[in-house]
Amino acid sequence: MAEPFIRLRNVSKHYAGVTALNNVDFTIDQGEIHCLAGENGSGKSTMIKIISGIVPPDPGSTIEIEGQPVHHHHAIDAIDKGIQVIYQDLSLFPNLTVAENIALGQMVAGHVRLVDWKELRRVAEAAMARINVRLPLDSAVGEISIADQQLVAICRALTRGVKLLIMDEPTASLTKKEVDSLLAVVQDMKSKGIATMFVSHKLDEVLAVADRVSVIRDGQMVGVYNGSELNDETLTMLMTGRKVEYSRFVPQADMTAGPVLECRNISRQSEYEDISFCLRPGEILGLTGLLGSGRTELALSLFGVSQPDRGEIRVEGQPVKINSVQDAARLGIGYVPENRLTQGLINVQPVSSNLIVTTLQKLVNRFRLFDQAKVKSAISRWVSELAIKIPSTESPVQTLSGGNQQRVVLAKWIATDPKVLILDGPTIGIDVAAKHSIHEIIRDLANKGIAILLISEEVPEVYNNCNRVLVMHKGRIVQEFNTGACTPEDIQLCISSRN
Amino acid sequence: MKTLLRRHEAYVLLIIIVVSIIITAVNPSFFSLENLFDLLKSMSLMGVFAIGMLFVLISGGIDLSFTAIATVSGYAVALALLRYGDSLNIFVIFLLAGAIGILLGAFNAAIIYFFRIPSIITTIATSNVFYGILTVLSEGKWLYGFPTWFGDFANIRLFTLYSPAGNPYGLSIVTVIWLALVLLAWFILRYTVLGRSIYAMGGSPSSAERAGFNLLRLNLFVYAFIGLMAGFGSVIQALLVQTVAPNSLVGKEMDVIAAVVLGGASLAGGTGSIMGTVLGVALITLLGNGLTLMHVPSQWYDVVIGLVILVSVGVSAYRMRKNIQRRVITETA
Repeated sequence: MAEPFIRLRNVSKHYAGVTALNNVDFTIDQGEIHCLAGENGSGKSTMIKIISGIVPPDPGSTIEIEGQPVHHHHAIDAIDKGIQVIYQDLSLFPNLTVAENIALGQMVAGHVRLVDWKELRRVAEAAMARINVRLPLDSAVGEISIADQQLVAICRALTRGVKLLIMDEPTASLTKKEVDSLLAVVQDMKSKGIATMFVSHKLDEVLAVADRVSVIRDGQMVGVYNGSELNDETLTMLMTGRKVEYSRFVPQADMTAGPVLECRNISRQSEYEDISFCLRPGEILGLTGLLGSGRTELALSLFGVSQPDRGEIRVEGQPVKINSVQDAARLGIGYVPENRLTQGLINVQPVSSNLIVTTLQKLVNRFRLFDQAKVKSAISRWVSELAIKIPSTESPVQTLSGGNQQRVVLAKWIATDPKVLILDGPTIGIDVAAKHSIHEIIRDLANKGIAILLISEEVPEVYNNCNRVLVMHKGRIVQEFNTGACTPEDIQLCISSRN
Repeated sequence: MKTLLRRHEAYVLLIIIVVSIIITAVNPSFFSLENLFDLLKSMSLMGVFAIGMLFVLISGGIDLSFTAIATVSGYAVALALLRYGDSLNIFVIFLLAGAIGILLGAFNAAIIYFFRIPSIITTIATSNVFYGILTVLSEGKWLYGFPTWFGDFANIRLFTLYSPAGNPYGLSIVTVIWLALVLLAWFILRYTVLGRSIYAMGGSPSSAERAGFNLLRLNLFVYAFIGLMAGFGSVIQALLVQTVAPNSLVGKEMDVIAAVVLGGASLAGGTGSIMGTVLGVALITLLGNGLTLMHVPSQWYDVVIGLVILVSVGVSAYRMRKNIQRRVITETA
């Protein structure tokens, strides 16, 4: 067995008295595909930062790269030794071309002064050829898909002589098909001796190609496993330290009651076509399908962001026109967007302001000024009702974990007392335990009689929470499932067979 | 993005052509070589300032202090001319003005970088400081009576033609200086790693930092560069009017920013081209000249310029939003 590429021994890290990592041992072999799995706050990010030289480990920790102990491990040393990190945001330049994004970093690092455009394209093409991908060299990176952007980031790492590529949550925003082609690229790199470290809490797709999986929990290494000996369930148990029951819930909706929301043959040019469904109080209706199937476009029309060209939307039996978000809110429709960071929250503002932003009108006194007592009680009510864990209601929401952020978005809409709540990908990017409690909240809301449209790409999520599931494909509803009379596999098959 | 910009430049060119046709229809004297060279000469000052502004906007910042910088360096140049007059030459004058501009620009960059204060706030403040100190020291006096060589230099033409009335005209040295700077700027932006790094920083500062770009160096360059352009601009202004007044440039900031934005640069950073900037300057100058030739009262000038900017920026913002909406919908994550 050859020397591992990198070996961490007794690595610890304390931040202001908080233990982020405790005596961790960890190795990655040359050309290995290694997963580091752990929940949010388990110490994953600290591991990345130490390996990439962004933060130093505590004294007494040792790091060896290719058998050589390293002492002053700074970011630039890590890059020189062939360690590259692709962060979740990819750190690309949206306004520059693909070719420039791939090759510019190498030129800056090499103290090149003049740009030779032919050479720049050559470097970019060579990098793409190494992993057998074709990308449009002259397109602006901001205009290509997220999956292609990820490939640009990989190509950029290749130009810097990468030996270990660390990818932070690489699959979070990719479709199934895109994940598969990413994994093919990673396997190709493996054949060229480049190691990859996936860091994630959602690893089911990745498990198939991983040589080894290290699981970390509360700053401690739980163990190292062969990829083949784990499945989604055992991995979840290792990460959380407990068995999470994925129970099924059947909403107890009165199916004879009049629908609160009804769509009759609504269409919108090149987005969705001939959509009809109805949603009753207390019901959780699932809407699934691949990214780009039209599910989000449909949701945006129900929330007044766009309008259908044809067809009719009825709320409580009355035909309505939803021309704006204000109209939707007035009709009692709430929407929790897919991308909570850019669409659902005011990031730099504290939790308190985010919570009350939808209900400002109700929190004023008779002079139309804020009634501080009402404001305070509203905030503390929602923090406790949704069990939002925060040091203070004045913490900016950007400092919260994904699960807590999602709770803030939910609370903000529940506070409006909606009749219909549209949840678009409510558990994207949050860890297993938090996911579970978000599901609990959703079920509670249904029990209170709120009609819920749950949009999700994850079949188990819609199967386990909904009484009916609609499958969308290319803008149309292709099938409706009654979850009492089907299995998750049936739904999965319906989605993938049309792909 | 690139094709979008190209299209933007084509639109501006189209508008220039349409405006030219309208002006010619009302007053045929507009369409003459003499007026063309006149226009080129009169757009040189704004053109030089606009080059500097383009760099700052691409980098993701803004500089509202460049007219104050130009006023300071212009005043210094005038004092030097009055005291040492004949022992100086035009190169020393440009060197002096440029050095003062670079120094004050670097001061802006240092404050913006080290204190992380938004550039708009920093440069409003430094603009007041620079301009205020100058007003105190100069007591608002106008300076004139420069050496004859300084006046002669301003009248140099690369070639001379004569109008039917016998007036000489031609390609002014001032225009040549501007076009030389345009070429230099084009080269920096297109063919140097420094130039591409400025685009990169404007596109995403955090990515630039992670990719190992030296943001301090980039900021220093960008703000020193607009300082340099402000210094050169102050000499051009002195050449053109042979007088230096502490208040002659103040208030020109918005016209310059307008020209650059009209040319396709975004206030959000990361986009803009030298070609677009030249066209933007040309359009703004053309409108001013055209209104005069069409005998429109000068009070209308600001209104027209304002409307043109509103429409131009409005159209590109609308297109950008359409673009983003499409992306949000097709690939939200």
